[in-house]
Amino acid sequence: MNAIKLETNAYSLFYGKFRALEDISLKIPEKQVTAIIGPSGCGKSTFLRTFNRMNDLIPGVRTEGQALLDGEDIFSMDVVALRQRVGMVFQKPNPFPKSIYDNVAYGPRVNGIRDKKALDEIVETSLRGAALWDEVKDNLGKSGLALSGGQQQRLCIARALAVRPSVILMDEPAASLDPIATQRIEELIRQLVEEYTIVIVTHNMQQAGRVSDYTAFFFTDESRTGKLVEFNLTRKIFTNPQDKRTEDYITGRFG
Amino acid sequence: MNAPEMTSTRPTELPSSRTSANLRKRQAAQKFGFGLLWLASLVVILILLVVVGYVFLTGFKSLSWEFLTTAPKGGLSGEGGISTTILTTIYLVGLILVIAAPLGIGAAIFLIEYQEQTKTGGKFLRGLLQAANFGVETLAGIPSIIFGLFGYALFVSTLKFGFSLLSAGLAGACLVLPTIIRTTQEALLTVPVSLREGSLALGATRWQTISKVVLPAAIPGIITGIMLSVGRIISETAVFYVTLGGSYRLPNSLLSGGRTLSLHLYYLAMDTNAFEKAMGTGAVLIVSIILINLVIDLISRKLSAGVRQNQ
Repeated sequence: MNAIKLETNAYSLFYGKFRALEDISLKIPEKQVTAIIGPSGCGKSTFLRTFNRMNDLIPGVRTEGQALLDGEDIFSMDVVALRQRVGMVFQKPNPFPKSIYDNVAYGPRVNGIRDKKALDEIVETSLRGAALWDEVKDNLGKSGLALSGGQQQRLCIARALAVRPSVILMDEPAASLDPIATQRIEELIRQLVEEYTIVIVTHNMQQAGRVSDYTAFFFTDESRTGKLVEFNLTRKIFTNPQDKRTEDYITGRFG
Repeated sequence: MNAPEMTSTRPTELPSSRTSANLRKRQAAQKFGFGLLWLASLVVILILLVVVGYVFLTGFKSLSWEFLTTAPKGGLSGEGGISTTILTTIYLVGLILVIAAPLGIGAAIFLIEYQEQTKTGGKFLRGLLQAANFGVETLAGIPSIIFGLFGYALFVSTLKFGFSLLSAGLAGACLVLPTIIRTTQEALLTVPVSLREGSLALGATRWQTISKVVLPAAIPGIITGIMLSVGRIISETAVFYVTLGGSYRLPNSLLSGGRTLSLHLYYLAMDTNAFEKAMGTGAVLIVSIILINLVIDLISRKLSAGVRQNQ
């Protein structure tokens, strides 16, 4: 197993008095794809949003336990610095209403890079990294909103790469895409994992099976509190699950 | 209903004569309903046409290039044109916007964008914010003469600005602040949360997110609010009646008084027998309001096109 990139220890999250996540301890290895699967409402996305502290935006959220990036406490870091190290791709493509170039250059610019040459280079590298360069290189001034859904999502990936993070969080990145666009995103994820640690939340178990090295299965009962049931190599989870609930879920008996 | 009991799960077919009678009845009801709606809109358009038509027809004779470009000369017969009152109106609009736009837009940004932060913050700040929101709501519903009396009491007498552009500008700013704040708030709320999240997730600060992503996306809505305020200022009489004085001469400093177009209309109608000139002034006012509304329409169409693209 690779070095540990992200880690939670006895981590719980509350919305006011409601406990949304309970006692989750998980070690996410570096430069691997880790999939988080589980039924709706089991806290997968909430857990993912722990690592770039997107939950900070929601009033009344409180956490217990530890969350670490490279062994450092996430909650005592400066949140802006944390988000430069941990990028995110959302469920619905959300390019800014700006040109393709400005979308990709946004992250470097807010981080203070002004030099045109440096920006040009970052934009090209990032778009190449997201397998979008060849399709848009002659139209960098075109609005990001004019692209197709799949292209928009790859633009959002390029935008995340431009900040040079070491971790990329993906919250159901293909949920709003057609099968062909989905396939391109999945291929891209396999390329990106050469350099990045990727954590992906997905509803689609086949997708988890195709793209991930490790899988974490989250589950919830009537209490609506999300818990980690099982974490292992993806191939072990899918062929030889240790927990009955994991087996029921991946064989499609519910969810 | 005395339909036969159903024996199969297939829905029983209604006899065709019944269906068509029923259909005719429903279509008649629809025609009647649409007829009423049509009538209502016809009446509204008619009222508008009558008002505008009356003003134009009566004021038509006095309308000329000369009327627009000569200064009023005063007197019981209302000699002269309206040039100084047009200029005074423009001055006042500019002055009020310079005061109210930055204040209003700033307040709206704070009320919307920093609201959630204060939810976790101190009780005092939260209370302050609620009070501010409530204050804006209340201010928007207050009759304008109250802003006028307030302006008179504070700016004209207590601060001794006298009947002046400055007094009228400050009182007018109070009048349009709620409009600017509320339209800006609405414009900010139409910017999708996903854009804010996208920006924050790239390591942008809150302020960078507001200034580089949220505000540019909200600008058409904000401009709409400002244009609405311009319309409000042009058509306002009560506030300026008690703060701007009534001199028909061109103000030569912030501390000298003057007359806006609508004030001039009031004075012409009340103090002179130049009724046609009052109506001519009214026609000029109506034309400027129509122009402003056309601009607003254009901007909001552009805005909604942008929002559609985003969905």
